[in-house]
Amino acid sequence: MERTKIDLWVGIFVALGAAALLGLAMKVGNLTSNKIGDTYHVSAAFENIGGLKPNAPVKSAGVVVGRVAEIGFDAKTYEAIVTIKIDKRYEFPKDTFANIYTAGLLGEQYVGLEAGGDEDVLKSGDKITQTQDAIVLEKMISQFLYSKASEAEADKSAPSAESTKDKSTELGDAPF
Amino acid sequence: MINIIINKISRLLSGIGHRMIARIWRLGAGARLFILAIIYSGESFKRFHLTLREIYFTGVMSLLIIIVSAFFVGMVLALQGYNTLQKYGSSEAIGVLVALALVRELGPVVTALLFAGRAGTAITAEIGLMKTTEQLSAMEMMAVNPIARVVAPRFWAGVISMPILAALFSMVGVLGGYLVAVPLIGVDEGAFWSQMQANVDVRADIINGVIKSVVFGVACTMIALFEGFDAPPTAEGVSHATTRTVVISSLTVLGLDFVLTSFMLVV
Repeated sequence: MERTKIDLWVGIFVALGAAALLGLAMKVGNLTSNKIGDTYHVSAAFENIGGLKPNAPVKSAGVVVGRVAEIGFDAKTYEAIVTIKIDKRYEFPKDTFANIYTAGLLGEQYVGLEAGGDEDVLKSGDKITQTQDAIVLEKMISQFLYSKASEAEADKSAPSAESTKDKSTELGDAPF
Repeated sequence: MINIIINKISRLLSGIGHRMIARIWRLGAGARLFILAIIYSGESFKRFHLTLREIYFTGVMSLLIIIVSAFFVGMVLALQGYNTLQKYGSSEAIGVLVALALVRELGPVVTALLFAGRAGTAITAEIGLMKTTEQLSAMEMMAVNPIARVVAPRFWAGVISMPILAALFSMVGVLGGYLVAVPLIGVDEGAFWSQMQANVDVRADIINGVIKSVVFGVACTMIALFEGFDAPPTAEGVSHATTRTVVISSLTVLGLDFVLTSFMLVV
């Protein structure tokens, strides 16, 4: 088959498209950063994992050392079983502490590992015993409101001039 | 008096019904053309130079408009995004905003709209004129199947070209956004790329964008081909068909985009 100029241009066109797709995958997407080498799996039980999702980062000292592989539910203890895969290059002591943290105030949630002092290291299939649950914002707010309410209750039992003044302004601000 | 009213209403109703039947007939005929184009597409791969020629006309010739508009779309996205993000003190997220908007939505959709205007109209006008000048009947006379010879190569050319053009659009748009955000506005370069890479998923965002562009490629090319085939063989008929190609393709692309997105986000 003889070669024509059109063939050349179509070839350039297709090559450009392939390069763009590759560029998107490598430069824009997380194909490269997602890669962790060989891993070992460790599980940890939490009473509440909040919004933790599979593939969320596992960090130690702020560095990504692994990812969340699987999230399950233990019907006997009613706890969440989080399986994490950690890069083989990093070994952690047996008494490592696993927390669920939130990036920023409302950001995504991740697992934070704090190394302990044990000489034995975690091996594949081991279980992290020391865990701390995710902080659920609604829970905190309700606790805060509850403690505020009980304070107000205590104030009411011993009324003062200040509290009655508060009440009058409250009525004055009412929309009706 | 009542007779006249009833007459008018019945005429109105029959008019609506007539139009509906005509639309449904066109939908059926379009679907049949689609099936036939797939059945007879063996020829367009056996004699691949036919398809190659069409890729040149629909894809390569659309490169300039796609690249230039992608560049400007990316730059505008960065400007607008920065303006709002900066109010919340998260101007580093500009890279994520530009990349996600382009890869998920603007890349496939704007490419499809431009494609319908640039290549779809050309396909419709060409086939409509072929029909008007009885070239299609002449082919049938010579025992050449016009669907295998004319429709299938153009169909596959459109389906192949669209994802390539959409990927180029997204990539060039990201580069345009980078040019505005980093050298012009002064967002930190490392944060721009690393936030983007942390938040754009290859499977959920990039592959889904490619799937969208393939679907839009099928829809746009098929509509253009059918309108050309269905055009009345007059100058006026061809001009109307060309207009309809742009209108119907654009509406179909936007509607399909909503449907596809709702599928992709649930899964």
